[in-house]
Amino acid sequence: MILLTRKAEFSSAHYYWNESWSKEENERVFGRCANKNGHGHNYTLEVTVAGEVDPVSGFVVDLKELKEILQREVVSVYDHRHLNLEVPEFAAGTGMIPTTENIAIAIWRRLEGKISGAKLHRVRVYEMADLFADYYGER
Amino acid sequence: MGTASTKIASGAKAPIDFDQSMAGLKSRPIKTGPRAYLTRRYRLSASHRLHSEAYTEEENRTVYGKCNNPHGHGHNYGIEVTMGGPVHGQTGMVCDLGELDEFAWTHLLERFDHKNLNTLDAFREAVPTTENFTREVYRIFQGFGGARVVRVRIEETGNNSFEYSEELGRTETI
Repeated sequence: MILLTRKAEFSSAHYYWNESWSKEENERVFGRCANKNGHGHNYTLEVTVAGEVDPVSGFVVDLKELKEILQREVVSVYDHRHLNLEVPEFAAGTGMIPTTENIAIAIWRRLEGKISGAKLHRVRVYEMADLFADYYGER
Repeated sequence: MGTASTKIASGAKAPIDFDQSMAGLKSRPIKTGPRAYLTRRYRLSASHRLHSEAYTEEENRTVYGKCNNPHGHGHNYGIEVTMGGPVHGQTGMVCDLGELDEFAWTHLLERFDHKNLNTLDAFREAVPTTENFTREVYRIFQGFGGARVVRVRIEETGNNSFEYSEELGRTETI
């Protein structure tokens, strides 16, 4: 089995806010991330797929196809958007706060079943160079 | 230094001076929810000398080469600490990052940054190889009450890195 990783980047705004908490509780738990005017990051996404090498093409997956899937399913939806206000899975009422962990989970859900010929293995989202979250589809 | 591993002292001692309780922490390990892994990268600079009392002077020079220089040498270590666990439904987090950073500041950076590793209690009986340093950092973060450490990776230089995980071998996902 071969693991293959494709990278993509998107820049988005977000804030952390739990609707069921008071303003004070949100500020206590989330600190400056609770500023409802939002702030932003340059995110780096690494998607790793696992599969066998096709004996004819020599590929696990067609990288161009994988790039297009990432562009269509993730980058076109997240890039230069406000995650809380413009991306449905993080909208108020969903209970899904756009933390790095939840962004990795949401991207997994967007990609699951969309990549033909290989199994989604890992979604890694870097919020910054010194902070990233991994999701392996564990429920 | 794999060939020397049976002869040198290894297994850094657990520090006993930190609080393992969750009292006062916002982070709480929980049991349900999708399981994710959060990795934080810290940097620290320290000196060390690789030298084992179990060897003669000549053996030390043979085994450790330039790392046995009596005056020591140093590195900018890049330390990646991975915490694993269910993502909390209320916070969307594996653990509170501020609390993890505070723990790292107190128990890692203040103790090891700009220090000579050979002079520290953690390496009184263990050679301060980056293998042993990695195990020591793992042991330290086992004291963080907010989530469970599952992996520590240390870059000694851009060319060398070391990983330790009790989960390795049990799961291929780490």
